[in-house]
Amino acid sequence: MNNPYLPYPVRIDDIEIATEDKSLRTFKFVFLNEGDEEKFAYKAGQFAELSIPGVGEIPIGIASSPVEKGFVKFTVFKAGKVTSHLHNMKVGDVMGLRGPLGNWYPWDKLEGKNVFIIGGGFAFTTLRSSIKYMLDPANRAKFGGIHMVYGARSPGMILYRDELIEWEKRDDINIHLTIDREAPNWDYHVGLGPNIAEKVGPPGNDDTYAIACGPPIMIKFTLPVLEKLGYAKDHIILSLENRMKCGIGMCGRCNIGRELVCKDGPVFTLEELNLTPKEY
Amino acid sequence: MKIVKINKKNWAEGLDSLAGSYSLSGPVKENGYHNFKKLNKGELPDFDFLNTKLSSKSFVFPQSEVMLEYSLDETADDHHIMKEVKKDYSKRAVVGMRPCDAKALMLVKMNFDTADYQDPYWLNAFNATTFVGLACDNPESTCFCTSAGCGPYHEDGLDVLLSDAGDHYIAKALTQKGEELLSAAKWQESADASVMDKKKAEAEAQIASTVKTDQLKKKATLDLHSASFWDDIAFACINCGTCTYACPTCWCFDIQDETKGNKGIRMKNWDTCMSPLFTLHTTGHNPRGDKTQRVRQRFMHKLKYFVDKYDKGIMCVGCGRCIRQCPVNIDIRSICDKMNRYEPAEQSE
Repeated sequence: MNNPYLPYPVRIDDIEIATEDKSLRTFKFVFLNEGDEEKFAYKAGQFAELSIPGVGEIPIGIASSPVEKGFVKFTVFKAGKVTSHLHNMKVGDVMGLRGPLGNWYPWDKLEGKNVFIIGGGFAFTTLRSSIKYMLDPANRAKFGGIHMVYGARSPGMILYRDELIEWEKRDDINIHLTIDREAPNWDYHVGLGPNIAEKVGPPGNDDTYAIACGPPIMIKFTLPVLEKLGYAKDHIILSLENRMKCGIGMCGRCNIGRELVCKDGPVFTLEELNLTPKEY
Repeated sequence: MKIVKINKKNWAEGLDSLAGSYSLSGPVKENGYHNFKKLNKGELPDFDFLNTKLSSKSFVFPQSEVMLEYSLDETADDHHIMKEVKKDYSKRAVVGMRPCDAKALMLVKMNFDTADYQDPYWLNAFNATTFVGLACDNPESTCFCTSAGCGPYHEDGLDVLLSDAGDHYIAKALTQKGEELLSAAKWQESADASVMDKKKAEAEAQIASTVKTDQLKKKATLDLHSASFWDDIAFACINCGTCTYACPTCWCFDIQDETKGNKGIRMKNWDTCMSPLFTLHTTGHNPRGDKTQRVRQRFMHKLKYFVDKYDKGIMCVGCGRCIRQCPVNIDIRSICDKMNRYEPAEQSE
């Protein structure tokens, strides 16, 4: 019997400081055992448990993309016991990785459709995975227009900035970066993400889906904007977070009604969420 | 499947034969109440009880269980790599659990044995165990099993059902595992099945307490969730979690690492939805930070979410332990009936 609690051993291959305040770092992991990377095959939108022996486990969205091979990446905010410990770890350290866990953005359903991605703050990780996946030469033709609004407090708080600026130059994706307040040498938008989304977002219709990921306050102001743009509730896709332990739907704490965020989620449509208690 | 008669004179001898191939556990009275314990050689299970204080769930879902182990010694080749621990899953039997506890195992199995993931600790223990039930002829006032999808002679989840018939037991094998146990004990004298049927009907007639569950599936989750009665139900609750530990169908658990020196273990421990820590986010946000939200979660899980998710009735077998042991007299029967008859229109004014 396969043991779903047993993590794959991994080594930290690289650590990058992801934001100017150093509260986020991107960890690149390589699998120690041959064959584990194949077993870890994931889709954009899934998460995994970062497992540090003696400290504990933390569920984090996968920031690398299924089209990137040889490693997996996670961008982690230093917040609690496990993430603080992780921020003090070094390249070469060994730990565990358990997953991939949860569902993913509905890639089958999104084929042939326009995709409007709205991200805020630290929650850009699985969105980065998704865009990288869609922009891959093997996949780009499967999707219609790709639009993106990503907002952060300041230029230095934008995750994956260099990569985004590269993508911004492409003509097969329509990228809008925004910061909350004016800053020197900033050539992009200034203003809160939802306000920019209202100005530049593609109109909602049967062939256009919105994926929104961000802090609760951003989601709160983004949903009315998406409605105004004409997005139906089953065309608005969100990703939830809740406290988790097992990540496989057994330990009982992350439920919202009958749905378990770890296994039935973390990705839900607004239509689905409106049928569940708001316990997230 | 065969039905045998076990003369009580041959009971100890049979159990002794079993002890050769099974590790035996059964109810034993200690500190004034009955609980399950591993039986020493020659020790007999004590059947002079109505029900045990705690259920028999710990045979497959121990209160604390080691899952994995690790070394933090950086000179070792495998430091910081989680390893499976060696576990003993040799043949064991529980003798004298109530049918409600067995039915509860079947409900809990749906959580631990799914199409996507199987919990090896739960399943290996379950598969290694032969469950010998003891039918109830004297229900407690808090027993409502017959309206909770169970009953005093219910067979689901058991391998053998025993019924006390005075100077002898009638034992009904319900599975291959059960037949093997009866053979290993050398209990072979054939018995009359009709005696058991008669006793079953008498026992069921004695269960006076009931719940109504027929409307639960039809109710809208959000209507029940926003019902006005939850504050009132939760008012007296002190969030002690006793109900969840005593409950044979409560399965929630926590995962924790414990390190001593350079060696450590990763454990699975019973947890409780009554604790605010159960759902507390690192940010300080808590989706079920209020007592009412936690009490509602417990009853909504058992009586609505589970009902909708599996379509196998409620996540309760009517054992009544939570009612008897609740320090503030919260009674799942009245809450179930409240939910079952709830109409949102009546409540909104």
